[in-house]
Amino acid sequence: MKPEYAAAVLLEPKAKKANSLWCQIYEHRWCYLFLVPMLIMFSAFTIWPIFASGYFALFDWNGIGWPEKFVGLANFKELIKDKLFWNAFKNTYLFALTQTAVKLPIALLIAILLNNRKLRSASFYRTLFFLPVVTTTAIIGIIFTFILNPYNGALNNILKGIGLINQPLDWLGVGDLAFLMVVLVGSWQRIGQYMVYWLAGLQSVPEELYEAGKVDGANAWQVFRHITFPLLKPIAAVILLFGIVHALRVFDLVMTMTGGGPNFATDMMGTYVYRTAFTSESGMPRMSYASAAGLLFGLSLVVVAILQSGITKKIKDIRQGQGV
Amino acid sequence: MLKRLVVHRNLLSHFVLLPLGLLWVYPFVWMLSASFKSVQELFDINNVWKLIPSTWHYDNYVRAWTEANFSGYFLNTVIVTVSTVILVLIITSTCGYALGRYNFPGKKVLMALIIATIFIPSGYTIIPIFDLMKRLGLLNTLMSVILAETGGGHVLYILLFTGFFAGLPRELEESARIDGATFNQIFWNIMLPLSAPIIATVAIFQFMASWNAFFNPLVFTLGRPELRTLGVGMFAFTGEYTFDWTGATAAASISLIPVIVIFICFQRHFINNVAGAIKG
Repeated sequence: MKPEYAAAVLLEPKAKKANSLWCQIYEHRWCYLFLVPMLIMFSAFTIWPIFASGYFALFDWNGIGWPEKFVGLANFKELIKDKLFWNAFKNTYLFALTQTAVKLPIALLIAILLNNRKLRSASFYRTLFFLPVVTTTAIIGIIFTFILNPYNGALNNILKGIGLINQPLDWLGVGDLAFLMVVLVGSWQRIGQYMVYWLAGLQSVPEELYEAGKVDGANAWQVFRHITFPLLKPIAAVILLFGIVHALRVFDLVMTMTGGGPNFATDMMGTYVYRTAFTSESGMPRMSYASAAGLLFGLSLVVVAILQSGITKKIKDIRQGQGV
Repeated sequence: MLKRLVVHRNLLSHFVLLPLGLLWVYPFVWMLSASFKSVQELFDINNVWKLIPSTWHYDNYVRAWTEANFSGYFLNTVIVTVSTVILVLIITSTCGYALGRYNFPGKKVLMALIIATIFIPSGYTIIPIFDLMKRLGLLNTLMSVILAETGGGHVLYILLFTGFFAGLPRELEESARIDGATFNQIFWNIMLPLSAPIIATVAIFQFMASWNAFFNPLVFTLGRPELRTLGVGMFAFTGEYTFDWTGATAAASISLIPVIVIFICFQRHFINNVAGAIKG
C-alpha cells in the first residue's frame, strides 16, 4: 500500500467502522440501484429462459396458456428417434466445420498479403474484404438467391458466357450443391472478420524475424512455414474456436437462402427449432418439443464452449510459460 | 535490385488481391446495378457483363419504398435500432460503473455470473422469451423486438465499461464529492462524458447488431406484417413477389446503404475494435 493512501484510510474512520454487512450494503445502495437495469434484463432474458426451457420441455404444450399436460421425458425420447432433428444437428456441426475450413485459410492468405507495409493499397483492400461483415446477413442471403438462380441468375449466365458450362446449374436446388453454396456464401461474408483477426496475430510477429529469414535466403513459403506459423499457433487456436462457435449459430443465411431445403439438405438447428415452434408446416406448432430440441443442442454447445475455454486456458499457460 | 524485388512482390500481391477484391464487391455492385435496371434489361442474357443500366429506372425505388412498404420497414428499423442502442448503453454503462469503481458485497459473485453467460448459447432460448413477451402483452409490438434485442447478453460491453471506469483516477470522485456532488451527479456529469470512446465503440457495435438483426424481429412480428424491420420485410417481399427482382434489389439497397455508409465513416474505429476482441 502506498503511504499516502494508507494515510487517507486512517483519516477516514467512517470507512473502517462500516464493516458489518448491512452497513456495507447500505453504503453501496447506489451501486445496487445502478445494477438494477442489468439485473432485470439478465434475469428475464438469460436466467429465466434457461430454466423455463427445461420446464417447458417436460410438457406437451402448443404455446397457449400455461403448460398443463406433463409428459416427463417423452419429448426427449421422441427427439432421439427424430431423424430430422439429428439431420439438423449433424448439418449444423458439418456447416460449422466446413465453413471454418474454408474461411480461415483464405482469410490468412489475404492477411499475409495485406501485412506488408510497402503495399500502399492495403487499407483499401482491407475495407473491401470487411464490407460484407457489416451488412445484413438475411439480405445477403436473398441477394445470393438471385445471383445463384437457375434461370436468370448472374452466375449461370457468366459461366455460360465464358463457356465453362453448357446447361445452367440449379445451385440451390440440389442437396449437396446447396449445402456447399451456403458454406461458401457464409465464408465469403465472414472472411473479412477473420482477416482482421489474423492481421492482429501477424502484427505481433516482429518485422526483424522476416528480415532475418530473408537474409538467410528463405523463400516466402519457408518464411511462413518456419517463422510465421509457429509464432501464430497460439492465436490460431483461439481464432479456430471462434470460427467454429460463431458458425454454429447459423440461422439468417440458411433461412433466407434455402429455408433449410432442398429436402432438408441444408436444415440447421436454428431453422429446425423455428419451423417446429413457429410455423404450422408440420402440423400444430410444438413449443415444448422445440424447447427440448433447443435445450439438447444448447447442451452440446456448452460442452464445446467448455472445451474451448479449457483449450484457451492451456494456450495462455503455454504462452506465459514461453514469456510471449 | 532490392527495390525491383519489392515492386515484384507487390505486383504478385495485387495479382491475387485484385480478382479476390472484385469477387468481394461484385454482389453489391450487381445489386445496385439491378436496382436501376428495367426487368427486360436485367434478364437479357447478352447483357450479363453490363453493369451500367442503359436507362436508369428510379421507379424501382419508388415501388419498393411505397408499394412494398419499405418506408415503414425503414422507420421500424430506425426505431428498433435507436432504442436498442440507447437502452444497451444505459444498462451496460451503469452496470460497468458500479462494477468498475466500487467494492460492494456480492460483486465477485456477480462478475463470475456475468462471465459465465459467455458460455450460454444464445438463440436457442427463444421459446421462453416468446412466451414471456406474450404474457407481458407485448407480442407483435416493436417493444418486444427492442426488449429481445436489448436483453441478449452484452458481456463484452459490460467488461469494456468496467475496465474503463476502473482505470480512472480516484481523485475525480473525491474532489467532486467535496464539492457536494451525489453518486448520480458524479456518474452522469463526470464519469459518463469521460467514457465517450467506450460509448462510441458500444454504440457502433450495437447499431450494426440491431440494424442487421433478423431472428428476433422475424419471430416477434409474425402476426403484424406492418411492424417488420428491413431484413424481415425483405424476406417476406421475396416470398410474395418472387419475380420483382428489380424492386427487391432496390429494397435491398435501401436496407444496406445506411450500414455501409456508417461503416465507411467509422471503419478504422470498427476494424480496430474487432481486432481488439481477439487480442483480449
